[in-house]
Amino acid sequence: MKVINQIAAVTALNVRNLPQRLGGSLVAIVGVAAVVLVFAAVLSMAAGFERTMVSAGSEDTAIVMRAGATAELNSGLGNDDVQIVRNAPGVLRDGDEPVVSPELYVVVDIVKKSTGDDANVPLRGVGSGAFDVRSGVEIVAGRMFEEGRNELIVGRAAQQEFAGLDVGGEIRFGQTTWNVVGVFAANGSVSESELWTDVRVLQTMYRRGNSVQSVRVRLESPGALETLGTALAEDPRIEVDVRSERDYYASQAAPLSQFIRIVGYPLTVLMAIGAVFGALNSMYASVSVRGKEIATLRALGFGPLPVLVSTIVESTLLALVGGLAGGALAYVAFNGFRVSTLNGASFSQVVFDFAVTPELLSQGLVAALIIGLVGGFFPALRAARLPVAQALREL
Amino acid sequence: MTEILAKLEHVSRVYQKGREKVDVLHELDLEIEKGDFLALMGPSGSGKTTLLNLLGGLDRPTGGTVTVGGQELSAMSNSQLSGWRSTHVGFIFQFYNLLPVLTAQKNVELPLLLTNMSGKERSRRAGIALEIVGLADRANHKPRELSGGQEQRVAIARAIVSDPELLLCDEPTGDLDRQTADEILKLLQTLNREHGKTIIMVTHDAQAAEYAQRTLHMDKGKLEARAAA
Ligand SMILES: Nc1ncnc2c1ncn2[C@@H]1O[C@H](COP(=O)(O)OP(=O)(O)OP(=O)(O)O)[C@@H](O)[C@H]1O
Ligand SMILES: [Mg+2]
Repeated sequence: MKVINQIAAVTALNVRNLPQRLGGSLVAIVGVAAVVLVFAAVLSMAAGFERTMVSAGSEDTAIVMRAGATAELNSGLGNDDVQIVRNAPGVLRDGDEPVVSPELYVVVDIVKKSTGDDANVPLRGVGSGAFDVRSGVEIVAGRMFEEGRNELIVGRAAQQEFAGLDVGGEIRFGQTTWNVVGVFAANGSVSESELWTDVRVLQTMYRRGNSVQSVRVRLESPGALETLGTALAEDPRIEVDVRSERDYYASQAAPLSQFIRIVGYPLTVLMAIGAVFGALNSMYASVSVRGKEIATLRALGFGPLPVLVSTIVESTLLALVGGLAGGALAYVAFNGFRVSTLNGASFSQVVFDFAVTPELLSQGLVAALIIGLVGGFFPALRAARLPVAQALREL
Repeated sequence: MTEILAKLEHVSRVYQKGREKVDVLHELDLEIEKGDFLALMGPSGSGKTTLLNLLGGLDRPTGGTVTVGGQELSAMSNSQLSGWRSTHVGFIFQFYNLLPVLTAQKNVELPLLLTNMSGKERSRRAGIALEIVGLADRANHKPRELSGGQEQRVAIARAIVSDPELLLCDEPTGDLDRQTADEILKLLQTLNREHGKTIIMVTHDAQAAEYAQRTLHMDKGKLEARAAA
């Protein structure tokens, strides 16, 4: 009890005169802020990319592709296959009509506004069920394309990122001219980086006959994935793989986000080690500035433990200030920062926003706390072991 | 028959300075009676502060024993010594050593934080101590709002607030003008005569020493007595 009083009193004293020593503590604060800033910035890239990819996928949508195909680009299904999938068990029906969308996409070149260079953009042909197999897709400007016509609707992110996609305008890919008639939103998912048209028009324009790459299927329930998978696997007429859309996109997101993490975490650890030295430096300086005060308190009868604790509290507070500053800076500077990158699996651009998530911020603060604790511990030991008689002489 | 409060027996203090040994105190013997007011004079470097630190449990002798109030300090652990200091001895420094962020009142209350006293009781006792040193009206001032003499009074209040029997003063008037020094010395004298405090005061000032009951001169770690004026 007495010890707790002492700890509280000495810590309160130390915190009260912390503002006077803030100048000397700046190295520690800036060091920790830099760590949290870099950590949150780098990993917000992975978090944002993942969010965009994963939010595209839902649990009760299945994607059916040719057996062994890892991505839509290297898949191919004929009209017969599409018919079998339409009639398979587990597929949600709207009245008699199965909710499915046979899809095909090609990659077209469009100028990226930010760089002025050509970029690969997916032009996807979709069936009439496209809006029903995906949740949260809606037209936000203009109108839906009409079947059988050279009309496009463009994803919201694609419209912002790439040139020449205004509603009412025309855009030319190869031999064909397309009218842009609408803009659609899709919860910020990867679909927003795409352009959509009627799948039959696309098949004709690109001479694909009746073939598609995938069939998107709305399931009766997430559990129906297995029903559908088993039924199609046992059907001798067809060779396909069935995966949930969420799985599909998550596996596409994995290589890039893992790469970012493999770079990001060690980078953070390296910087954190630097920040620990910054904190050590500041705290040793602080302990020597406080030498007179510590020695006086010790002469009055205060024990070494309160001195130890108060020093660790000081460095932890400084680190928290730095951590909060770094996190806030990362949030202001990077959250929502829009970029587009090549998605290796689909060989086309994905537009996504950096996401400085609460999870990243709290991880950053934990890192700051650890830096503060480690950086404060050894100076605190020195403070606690201060030879009182000698320190009193050195005033 | 008077009672011995503090006793040094064959006390030595050798500092290790690199390879060199500095023999500051050598086999020193000293007895201090309860109620004594002892002035300690001597040239710089003669070991006065060293002696004071040994008596106050801030430092340990390299030989011999230091006994205060019947307790042998050299036999205590560091944490026992901390606890002992908080109730048995009050330090008064040349440069006051007040904590700048705290008011006079809070500075004086500091040693009471080491007890189980309630906040109310702490504040009452600190108030009494400030009254004794004549600074009750400055309780809410911060040290930098006080003159040197006033700061030293606050420091004296802090030294007596937990009612120790022994006050150790290291050049308490070393930084004050003549008149202020005399006031502080009178205060110490009052504490000695009316409150029964035993005081050991290091000073370079012969006039200050006159307030004490007796004066010891220290030279090269040896003590020699001269009759007080
Ligand atoms: N930690 C130490 N290491 C080595 N030598 C020391 C140490 N502390 C004190 N000394 C030496 O011990 C001697 C006595 O010092 P002390 O401070 O006791 O003298 P003093 O009589 O109080 O002097 P002053 O009047 O200047 O205050 C000095 O020579 C000093 O240099
Ligand atoms: Mg001295």
